[in-house]
Amino acid sequence: MKARVFVTLKPSVFDPQGRAITESLHSMSYAGVSDVRQGKYFELELAADSAAAAKALAAEVADKVLANPVIESYRIEIDE
Amino acid sequence: MSIKFAVIVFPGSNCDHDAYHAAKHVLGHEAEFIWHKETSLKGADVVILPGGFSYGDYLRTGAIAQFSPVMTAVREFAATGGPLLGICNGFQVLCETRLLPGALLRNKDLKFHCEHVRVRVEQTDTPFTARASVGQVLNLPIAHGEGNYFADEATLTALESSRRIIFRYCDAEGRVTDSANPNGSLRNIAGICSEGRNVVGLMPHPERACESPLGSEDGLVLFDSVVSSLAARGALTA
Repeated sequence: MKARVFVTLKPSVFDPQGRAITESLHSMSYAGVSDVRQGKYFELELAADSAAAAKALAAEVADKVLANPVIESYRIEIDE
Repeated sequence: MSIKFAVIVFPGSNCDHDAYHAAKHVLGHEAEFIWHKETSLKGADVVILPGGFSYGDYLRTGAIAQFSPVMTAVREFAATGGPLLGICNGFQVLCETRLLPGALLRNKDLKFHCEHVRVRVEQTDTPFTARASVGQVLNLPIAHGEGNYFADEATLTALESSRRIIFRYCDAEGRVTDSANPNGSLRNIAGICSEGRNVVGLMPHPERACESPLGSEDGLVLFDSVVSSLAARGALTA
């Protein structure tokens, strides 16, 4: 089973990379892009019997390793 | 009288020799490298997590090093009050390990800063600042791309009220200003300590500022402090 984990900075955390990308887009005249936040994307191959078990396993490794809860949050999608 | 420094070596550590040199050759104490796969600190009196790029900074700085086998022994050492110093990447590892609160983000200006800065000593009741004075301004080098200290407001308030902010970026006169802040750290934080005060982490490199040919000897006070603190505890081996 496959899991996709999206890790993003919490809204309260300043993202200097996202800011630099936003400013670059503005200098390219993309005024319609008002903000960019950069994150991380992980694809996990999981040995799990059910979507629920896969999600639980993905959440466990996201909590422990993939995301730092001090600055980041995450969202999980499961492919059955 | 001699104390024993352990310098933990992760794959990608690159200031391990600087710390070893400061402890052994400048101070004249014992020092030993401990490879991250070891499970014992071999009777060390002080443990240093050195600077560098452990595991290539993959995932997040310091994120993977926290799972190295030696970290179990390091956590136990810290839990029993042992003096533990994290320098630069070592500070990042301590935050990822939750031995210290907060996190170190990409520098606000996205640049890698390699320069001498000034930091003000805020508190002297830690084993690494016992010989310094409050308000003392240290000239120390920094070399990092991710030294931008972040913690939520509640954590920052708790750090202030429990006097756990140990070093702040300042100007030559000791004024804590925005222009003296090289990386965007909240409240100009350059270093903090644990609740037990025995675990200290900082982004600047005291171990690279222990001999005048290197431009500053101001880092010596951290090493002198821990030697004095251990002497006061009677921990020195004859």
